[in-house]
Amino acid sequence: MNLHEYQAKNLYRKYDIPTTKGKLLTHPSQLDNILSTIGKDKWVIKAQVHAGGRGKAGGVVLVDSKEEANTEVRRLLGSKLVTHQTSSEGQSVNSIYIEEPCEILQQIYLAFIVDRTTSRIMIITSSQGGIEIEEVANNMPEKILKNTINPVVGIMPAQCRQICEDLNLDKTLSSQMIDLMQKVYKMFVENDLSLVEVNPLVVTKQGYLVCLDAKIQVDDSALYRQEKLNESRDDSQEDERELKASKLDLNYISLDGNIACMVNGAGLAMATMDLIKTYGGEPANFLDVGGSVNEKRVIEAFEIILSDKKVNGILINIFGGIVRCDIIASGIIEATKAMDISLPIVVRLEGTNAKEGLDLIKASNLNIHEENDLDKASKKIIELTQGLK
Amino acid sequence: MAILINKNTRVIVQGLTGSQASFHSKNALDYGTNIVSGVVPGKRGQMHLGVPIYNTVECAKRLTNANASIIYVPAPFCKDAIIEASENGIETIVCITEGIPTIDMLNIKAAIDLNGSRLIGPNCPGIITPDECKMGIMPANIHQKGSVGIVSRSGTLTYEAVYQSTKVGLGQSTCVGIGGDSVPGSDFIDILKLFEADEETKSIILIGEIGGAKEEAAAEYIKSHITKPVVSYIAGVTAPSGKRMGHAGAIIDGSAGSAQDKYKALENAGVRTVRTITALGQALLEVQK
Repeated sequence: MNLHEYQAKNLYRKYDIPTTKGKLLTHPSQLDNILSTIGKDKWVIKAQVHAGGRGKAGGVVLVDSKEEANTEVRRLLGSKLVTHQTSSEGQSVNSIYIEEPCEILQQIYLAFIVDRTTSRIMIITSSQGGIEIEEVANNMPEKILKNTINPVVGIMPAQCRQICEDLNLDKTLSSQMIDLMQKVYKMFVENDLSLVEVNPLVVTKQGYLVCLDAKIQVDDSALYRQEKLNESRDDSQEDERELKASKLDLNYISLDGNIACMVNGAGLAMATMDLIKTYGGEPANFLDVGGSVNEKRVIEAFEIILSDKKVNGILINIFGGIVRCDIIASGIIEATKAMDISLPIVVRLEGTNAKEGLDLIKASNLNIHEENDLDKASKKIIELTQGLK
Repeated sequence: MAILINKNTRVIVQGLTGSQASFHSKNALDYGTNIVSGVVPGKRGQMHLGVPIYNTVECAKRLTNANASIIYVPAPFCKDAIIEASENGIETIVCITEGIPTIDMLNIKAAIDLNGSRLIGPNCPGIITPDECKMGIMPANIHQKGSVGIVSRSGTLTYEAVYQSTKVGLGQSTCVGIGGDSVPGSDFIDILKLFEADEETKSIILIGEIGGAKEEAAAEYIKSHITKPVVSYIAGVTAPSGKRMGHAGAIIDGSAGSAQDKYKALENAGVRTVRTITALGQALLEVQK
């Protein structure tokens, strides 16, 4: 789960991590009040969306009059911001964070992330922070520093000192940086975060380290014990159908094609999409119904895939392990009857209780094609949907 | 021979009385797996599926001489359960549960590595050595004793690989689902090492998927350490790249992560790759000639 910048900065303040003063605006009428309590004659207007690349896309602007602030707020609020990290539709801007600007001497990059290779939290730093950090990583990899934290002992002052040494920070900045990194680590672990990225972490003209931006990702698996953070969820930043699916515990991503897929397991779901594409078809979605699927869940899955009007055929591919094929089969039968589905359906059932499942489908006398060879099943649904467009 | 588990493996089930654990343990017992006891705190003295229950792993191990454990307890309790098994000297631990917080996994991994236990999973289908021992949730009937070692990040794709190696008549030595989490207990290289040393295993199937850099690391390892033929499929060639937040992920993974890059790395290491999951069987026959 992603946090907005303002939510992330609230968390920073809790850990005494230095950041800028700012206020959240959700309605233009709040603007005068905010401008009179923050800053004097310059402000930074920042659209709150779950995506990076906001600056280049016009989502972060520096203004130097109240009039300009008013114009920018009215332009951004309620709009959709498209950045290189969003879809082509963009993300809704429902709130704006207004900050006082600071004078910048240097931009540093700082991130804490779980590194899969070492199974440790990794600290990534660079003296070349700012919006071009990925170019720095590609062209000057020696400017990117990576350190991992031993989970048994946590972050150690010595490794922080080493990072400061490598970043070439002076004595006062080093002691601020060492303190800051230890606080970020504490926040990371106590809140079950999977990413903290500060880009840029700036050195101000006054000689202080300040976190100008804040990206935080929370580990979804840990939300059960992070109730406070769970309340920060912003559904407006999610795709509507994907959101509905996730509330039903289904893993769904919509795509551009016409053949809907219903599969158990993320890997098999991707492999099924790959197969459809290989044989010349276009998948309409990725849908993993998961391991604890029952009849009701199958019907809900049908509702979601059929709400996509591009769909003109359905391929169901279930390899039962923890999932029982007979349960899936009765869900398919029930859904086909209840929703009066006339689209071609091809079903492939294998694994736990596959025979019982196929018997149920045969006995139902519905227009459902069973095909136990996955290759043939993929070709069959493509053939049945051709000319239906 | 096979790897990790065989007919002499003495298995305990942590969380045996839960509904999923009961269903799959019954199947495992029917398959001939030597489940010697269950561990469910507060249920000492009861019998379940004909197996005695103890409160702690220490008792279960001491009284029934177990050397492997399979864990079905809910995610919030897995850290405790896995470390309990490891601290008590259980050599092979399989964790089926999905949704364990990553911070827990970092601590679990550090703790069990010190003890020298091997953890398979979490969020995985488990391990099976056909006709000998089944520690997991895989459908038993598709397996056949044979010569192919299978290692996979994806549960249902493991079944697909098993199904095909059975259909072409080669069968499996051992199948290991290492699980799809970002911090798994064991990775491809741990398992490849065991297959290379196992006499029964004549060829290896490696099934990966998009994301992370474990397939690339496996390719590097295969190049210099694996002499047996390897066939590989990577799921997700057509998957759209996910929405990203920030740059740190891209900085760590560099160019790794996409299916194309993984295929390229594996092919450079001499691995026989297939672009459709259904082509695995035929490719196996060709490399095992």
